[in-house]
Amino acid sequence: MKNLMVKDENDRVDGVLKVTGQAKYFAEFELPGLTYGVLVTSTITKGKITGLDTKSAERAPGVIAVLSHLNKPSAPLYEQEGGSPMKIFYTDKIFFNGQPIAIVIANTFERATYAASLVKATYEKEAFNTDLHKALKDAAAKKLQGQPNYKRGIENAYQTAEVKIEQEYNLPIETHNPMELHGIIADWKPNNQVTVYAKTQGVKATQNTIANVFKIPLTNVQVNSEFVGGGFGMGLRTWPLEIATVMASKHIGKPVKLVITRMQMFTMVGNRPAATQKVGLGATKDGKLTGITHTAFGESSTYENFTEGVVNMAKFMYQCDNVNTAYTIVPVDLGVPIWMRGPGEATGAFALESAIDEIAHALDMDPLEFRIKNDPEMDQQRNKPFSSKNIKEAYKIGAEKIGWSQRKNKPGSIKEGPWQTGYGVSIGVFNANRGKASVKGVLKADGSLLLQSATSDIGPGTGTGMTLIAHKLLGIPVEKITFELGDSSLPTAPSQGGSATLSTVGSAVNDVCVSLKSTIAELAANSNMSATSDFISVLKKNNLPSIEVNKESQGGKERDNYSLYSFSIHFVQVKVHELTGVVKVSKIVSVGDSGTIVSPKTARSQMVGGAVGGIGMALTEESIIDHRYGRYINNNFADYHVPVNADVPEIEVHFINKPDPVINPMGAKGMGEIALIGFSAAVANAVFNATGKRIRTLPITPDKVLA
Amino acid sequence: MINFQYLRTTSAKSAIALLSKDKNAKFLAGGTNLIDLMKRGVSSPDKLIDINHVPLKQIEQVGNKIHIGALASNTAVAESALIKEKLPLLAQALEAGASAQLRNVATVGGNMMQRTRCGYFYDTEMPCNKRKPGSGCGAIGGFNRMHAIFGTSENCIAVHPSDMCVALVALDAEVILANAKGERRILFKDFHRLPGDTPQLDNNLKNDELIVRLEIPIHPFSKNIHYLKVRDRTSYAFALVSAAVAIELQGNQIKDVRLALGGVAHKPWRLTSSEAFLKGKEATLENFQQAAQLAMADAKGYGENDFKLKLTPNTIIEALNLAKSKA
Ligand SMILES: Cc1cc2nc3c(=O)[nH]c(=O)nc-3n(C[C@H](O)[C@H](O)[C@H](O)COP(=O)(O)OP(=O)(O)OC[C@H]3O[C@@H](n4cnc5c(N)ncnc54)[C@H](O)[C@@H]3O)c2cc1C
Ligand code: SF4
Repeated sequence: MKNLMVKDENDRVDGVLKVTGQAKYFAEFELPGLTYGVLVTSTITKGKITGLDTKSAERAPGVIAVLSHLNKPSAPLYEQEGGSPMKIFYTDKIFFNGQPIAIVIANTFERATYAASLVKATYEKEAFNTDLHKALKDAAAKKLQGQPNYKRGIENAYQTAEVKIEQEYNLPIETHNPMELHGIIADWKPNNQVTVYAKTQGVKATQNTIANVFKIPLTNVQVNSEFVGGGFGMGLRTWPLEIATVMASKHIGKPVKLVITRMQMFTMVGNRPAATQKVGLGATKDGKLTGITHTAFGESSTYENFTEGVVNMAKFMYQCDNVNTAYTIVPVDLGVPIWMRGPGEATGAFALESAIDEIAHALDMDPLEFRIKNDPEMDQQRNKPFSSKNIKEAYKIGAEKIGWSQRKNKPGSIKEGPWQTGYGVSIGVFNANRGKASVKGVLKADGSLLLQSATSDIGPGTGTGMTLIAHKLLGIPVEKITFELGDSSLPTAPSQGGSATLSTVGSAVNDVCVSLKSTIAELAANSNMSATSDFISVLKKNNLPSIEVNKESQGGKERDNYSLYSFSIHFVQVKVHELTGVVKVSKIVSVGDSGTIVSPKTARSQMVGGAVGGIGMALTEESIIDHRYGRYINNNFADYHVPVNADVPEIEVHFINKPDPVINPMGAKGMGEIALIGFSAAVANAVFNATGKRIRTLPITPDKVLA
Repeated sequence: MINFQYLRTTSAKSAIALLSKDKNAKFLAGGTNLIDLMKRGVSSPDKLIDINHVPLKQIEQVGNKIHIGALASNTAVAESALIKEKLPLLAQALEAGASAQLRNVATVGGNMMQRTRCGYFYDTEMPCNKRKPGSGCGAIGGFNRMHAIFGTSENCIAVHPSDMCVALVALDAEVILANAKGERRILFKDFHRLPGDTPQLDNNLKNDELIVRLEIPIHPFSKNIHYLKVRDRTSYAFALVSAAVAIELQGNQIKDVRLALGGVAHKPWRLTSSEAFLKGKEATLENFQQAAQLAMADAKGYGENDFKLKLTPNTIIEALNLAKSKA
């Protein structure tokens, strides 16, 4: 990545590239002889393909090949029996509607699209179910433990509490729907070297999967993914459609590009699964929590299991001696889900944080006061202190900025004409991770620094964060620092997920910089230069064009002694129209407690993006299926409502910005997930405060408010 | 490839002549609906007659009427000073529709002719009597949250999705249509149809006709008007329910009133009995409430859209409130 016209050291290093169209996304690579793939998808929900007529497609103009389970394009791993991932083109089974069953490759996209429409499949249909609620009613339906049950103290203690609530909360399927459509370009060469241009959150993970499926050495696979037009989790695995494209390129000996349609984005690249949850809370009359029970059922698929951390938060977020949780996954006949921003924690937080508001109301207590009263001294789940936690301070800042003192505890108290005003608060929490990563640094006598790591940037501004870490340590101007990523040949780094990149890769950048600094100091000492000499003169004096350092970095034993989490507090003000049921979020204050803020602008962007995603989750987003057919109804951007600018008020972001003493050298904890986790509950709580209506099923659309 | 011929014409006459030559030809205006339908395999014309260069973009006052050419863009109409002054309700309704980018290319004729947004209509794997007569109605017993509560039949419960048309039906517009033999005029309220036994027909435009222009009488309604669109997000979403309201007030007395709804029927839904009730009455909340109740006489829900039975009268009342309160 090249820095252009950097005006402010905190600007995104690739901002200019992005806004001027110079950033090149996977689908924009033009390779000589490029061909185009289009998928044929199943029109039934469950059963078997009994016939696939590909003749007219094969005869259509420009068509190079049609691949399916009939000709099983070579993929050595898939030739073995068994194994969980769906083996595309190695099975005649249909697991979900919209499953890819063939790929048509032609010399233009339009010709491939047309030819794909000519492929005719016949099926043997089987009874199916795509509805979580129906599956739960059906005693015979498969249910699998998603996480071991958890218990501390007395089970279901809430039931005997002085004050208790018990409620059910429902979330629909949400689809990631980044702007950029999913896909890949694969270029398989006769010497079994393959290069792909991918949309992935992990170039190394994609490299591994491809090498594994095709049984070729890792070094034969080159993955490029410098720019990603939004991932939100959907790029955390290599999907069957990507393998299909590599198969196709191998088969025809030419590069193949596949970009799926917006409709296909709903069926074959995962989603946030629908979930239904029960939360029971008990408290003493003066507002001390005495029991938390959180049970959840989440959707999964019939061909692969998917689990996430839906009930994690209940175990440690509040001071409470009696807690029990259970999380069950329920296979339905849909494509397998995948983590979506905030993953399971965001699902769980909607339920838990709504329930906290409900019990505060039952106690006639201010929900903020209730939260402060039950703020945990330490992590009771792990019996360890938190490495850092400044929630009370965050509550205070947020309350002041939103104008919490205007709030009335009695719902429906503030009204202006037909608009009712309400305030809501919630907390978000996510594991503060640190993994293992390697970074290479090259400090050059021309005054520049090159840093490299096979990490990704799905939008948060990885390069910017890394550049700022190096800038602070070495004092090199940001425009002289280049951070290269998104290339599998660079030093190993994990996938970008779980809010861990800054912590993980940033630590390796830190170690590289510290090491470069000491090397320079040594060189200075050896060549009789003063300890404060700048590195350019030191390198020149030593006749060195550059010095290079490689570092692998990972956390130590800090997790044995501490519990590490990032926190966020979301405050929202809403206006609800009493006649039309329309809800408008009118003010947002999000406070992040995630250690040192390394990159203030991109950190703020994370919080803003999380709040926008949170508005979507709370008010507008829902992937609707007609369960009679197992097909999506609103699989386009006109009918699947992501928030538009007019839905988003000004968002105030504050950070505690105090270093965490143990997590990593920067003291920085992740914050991609906490920006979203809990937000939807803050909105639901505000709607309750405005109207007295408790809406426990997302999204909160006008029909639910009016009901 | 599904080949089609693309023809461009610069006069209404030649457009009509080209159309009459081929039963499976279609006019292409902004293309914002037709091209989507072609991509989804719902419509496959073998001839596209591009009429964007036909000089029917006028927005002008002729006597005591406003004439709007069928090819005037939604943006041009919404932003026209003449429309803003004389027919502000129409301008408001247009601005509530789609997005700025779509409105820039969408035309008046195309807007009238746009097909329903019913999801089953767009998915060729699903039953839909409108797309494939006799295949059944997917929305009945299925996802019908967006669907009609008035004038439905057992064959189709789709709604006409336009905002513009709601204002036009309220404003007593007339539509001028032309074929090779000449022009005819039809009241806007008679342009769109109810589904009945012919859900495949959205309107009464004949196979060989071109929409030429609209003629809208200039009303005394310029101040107390409001187009209220209730939807799932603040912009760029189709109406759950919308209401176009125009009141002529004398003091607090309603001298004249126009009321129409969108998002509730297969056509823009004029509320004549509510209008008759309000005429001559005081503009009070009680009267608004009664007028709203009158509007609901024949309403019927289909499950997921039952909430419209409550949202509709509320929307009428709120639109009346807002229209009345305009200073
Ligand atoms: C994502 C999205 C959101 C939208 N949201 C809204 C909304 O909120 N509210 C709303 O009102 N609309 C909305 N629309 C619909 C939009 O208003 C229509 O697509 C547009 O008005 C159609 O006009 P057009 O000129 O593009 O028509 P085209 O697509 O070109 O044509 C549509 C049909 O009209 C026929 N036709 C066009 N002109 C004539 C003529 N002069 N005579 C005879 N037949 C003719 C064509 O043959 C074709 O069959 C939305 C559309 C999209 C895609
Ligand atoms: S409501 Fe009309 S358009 Fe929708 S499925 Fe039924 S017949 Fe088709």
